[in-house]
Amino acid sequence: MSEPIAFTLKVNGKDYAIRAPARRNLADALREDCGLTGTHLGCEHGVCGACTVLVDGKPVRACLMFAVQAQGQEVRTVEGLAEVTDAGDVLHPLQQAFWEHHGLQCGFCTPGFLMLAAGVLEAEPDISDDELKHVLSSNLCRCTGYQNILKAVRAAAAEMKKRAK
Amino acid sequence: MHDAGKSNVIVEGAMRTPGLDAAFKRAAQVVEVDIRSRRQSAMPLEPRGGHAAWDEASGRVTLTCSVQMPHMLRTGLADALGMPEADLRVIAPDVGGGFGQKMQLFPEYIVLVWLARRLRRRLAWIEDRHENFLAAAHARDQRYAVRAAFDADARLLAIDADIRCNVGAYSCYPTTCGVEPLMAMAELPGPYDFREYAVLARGVATNTCMMAPYRGVSRPVLTFTMERLMDTAAKRFGIDPVEIRRRNLIRKFPYTSASGLVYDEGSYLQTLEAAAKAIDVAAFRREQQQARKQGRYLGLGFSSFSERSGYGSRAFAARKMDIVPGYETVEMAMDPSGYVVARIGASPHGQGLRTTLAQIIADGLGLSPERIRIVHGDTDQTPYGWGTFASRSLVISGGACKLAAEALGKRIAAIASGMLEASAADIELVEGQARVKGTDKAIDIARIARIAYQQSNRVEGVPGLRESATYDPDGTFSNATHAAIVEVDIATGGVAIRRFVVAEDAGILVNPMIVDGQVHGGVAQGIANALYEEIKYDEQGNLLTTSLADYLPPTAAEVPEIEIHHFETLSDATITKAKGVGEGGAIGAPAAVVNAIVDALSPFGVEFFEMPVTPRRIRQKLREVDA
Ligand code: FES
Ligand code: FES
Repeated sequence: MSEPIAFTLKVNGKDYAIRAPARRNLADALREDCGLTGTHLGCEHGVCGACTVLVDGKPVRACLMFAVQAQGQEVRTVEGLAEVTDAGDVLHPLQQAFWEHHGLQCGFCTPGFLMLAAGVLEAEPDISDDELKHVLSSNLCRCTGYQNILKAVRAAAAEMKKRAK
Repeated sequence: MHDAGKSNVIVEGAMRTPGLDAAFKRAAQVVEVDIRSRRQSAMPLEPRGGHAAWDEASGRVTLTCSVQMPHMLRTGLADALGMPEADLRVIAPDVGGGFGQKMQLFPEYIVLVWLARRLRRRLAWIEDRHENFLAAAHARDQRYAVRAAFDADARLLAIDADIRCNVGAYSCYPTTCGVEPLMAMAELPGPYDFREYAVLARGVATNTCMMAPYRGVSRPVLTFTMERLMDTAAKRFGIDPVEIRRRNLIRKFPYTSASGLVYDEGSYLQTLEAAAKAIDVAAFRREQQQARKQGRYLGLGFSSFSERSGYGSRAFAARKMDIVPGYETVEMAMDPSGYVVARIGASPHGQGLRTTLAQIIADGLGLSPERIRIVHGDTDQTPYGWGTFASRSLVISGGACKLAAEALGKRIAAIASGMLEASAADIELVEGQARVKGTDKAIDIARIARIAYQQSNRVEGVPGLRESATYDPDGTFSNATHAAIVEVDIATGGVAIRRFVVAEDAGILVNPMIVDGQVHGGVAQGIANALYEEIKYDEQGNLLTTSLADYLPPTAAEVPEIEIHHFETLSDATITKAKGVGEGGAIGAPAAVVNAIVDALSPFGVEFFEMPVTPRRIRQKLREVDA
């Protein structure tokens, strides 16, 4: 039933050769086959959004997608968010804003929120506050009451727009 | 439930003051409320899980797991498995939230360690969300039947309460099945000044999942009880909800409650007034009237409460528990480079303790916080401690850090006094230097650290810079008033929160941003308690709420902006003058929200004494009045 199949995943610009059953979901493949444990699983049934990653730039719940479906597409995880420079990693404006605005407590939901926000802000830099809140309401956080997550994402949106100019 | 027991009441507490009957006799009004809170889950976003690794060479097992109390877990596991604690290391790294649920010794961890030893290998257990709902622990399944005597001025004279908590099939370890009923018994009086009190508090075993502490433990429900009582009484007397609280809140400190708890100074009245002022009650009442003319139903609700926090072993001993938690120890060392490592027994999992403790230590030693490292969550690396729960860590572990930093500072000053030829009393530690007060004679603390280790001939006492300290306070009471404005859609029963105000007092704010974060998260969980979350079983005892599609924590769309007003009463109950703040948000919010719903629906005369107040429950009541 679950004979392993071989395929390649492109994650954060790097190719990973995977041998896994066809039913292995993307989240498990990222964590277990690629060793990228930044993607978290809070429910494994598509509600909490902790597992959100970008597939071809669009936010996707990695627990609801088979890994093999991501073949030939660009997967981006929280590990690929910071910019790698010779002087070390430079935090993405979203990461920096989450830090400055105390946008995380336990941090378990954070990778999902970062990737969700990154996907949305890159596609729609001019998104309104209300729409942003609406989009962010697709992920769950149990610690922060969302106050500082919203603040951080709004601050990052402004910073990203400034840099794009 | 259990063969050994004659009844399903497995824990019971009671007290009665002598003047109770007389108080009811002279009462102008007796007000009764019958309160029901439905079962909830703490629902940390990361479910439970652990990895147990057998080490052939040492014969030890290392259990890496998602828990709040690593030392306690090690003791419990060693006892259960009949093994020496030295053969077990428990590591609780970055834990994805706990809120009380992860402070139990769960059978799964016992099996995991047992298997690792038996199979001489490494293995992991990671639960999924379904299992977390089914087996991790539940809370808040409680009923409070309360009779209250008021005098003619609406002053509370006496409370007579019958409290029942469904504690599930088994008792949790270490806090036991008494944690909900006994806390409810002691703390029901809350922030109100009255003298006569009778209570019977029982924990009833049922064939449901075990009850365990969840943020606030009984206080969200006992506050809900007292605050529904106050609003019900206010209506009876025809006075304003703010006014009845004003007449009854504690004003003199220290205050000994009807149940015998001693409250340190607080700002009960001030937070009430501040919340009322922030709302502008008169303006709201006008808006409410206007809205009603357009068929929109707005309501305002208040909730005042006290949050007993930071209590040590003497408070736990009073509950007659076998295992008496309470103190915290810190082991602090400055290394030869002048950096400080503090090893703590508390075990943060999102409370920002690494930041706040580093601030306290940095203040004590005149260093920048970047030079402080906090090590926690590893039984091989930290002194025995009780972990993080009950709004205790900043108060107790913070107190221990302050004491250890003071001791370390004294040693540094002693060394500096020899080198600077000044009396140690004249040395101050500022900006990384030991300085003779009022002069520019100074020496770098890092240089002193180097000397303490490498030129010990110049130093009195043991070489190096190492101190440890333990703090075990009696506890302190934080306090707050929450106020909520809601809009109820009478067609759907939907509730939207329009405003949420918190006026709170947790003593000195070591880090205001972190305090605000704790309040925000607590309020969101309290809103969940009031409106959304409910664990349900069917009649056969099958769990119906097994996924996040059935059990509904609020999202960013449901949690309004939370406005916070801080008060900082400096009480002597703690050596840092900080009080605990981890639970308050969750304690106050449910009552404020439900009181606001009742106020919104007052034209229909419907009341709610049960939570969560779901759209279905609202529609049901409205249909009843229609009929
Ligand atoms: S783990 Fe994928 S949505 Fe929760
Ligand atoms: S920070 Fe803990 S779940 Fe969001």
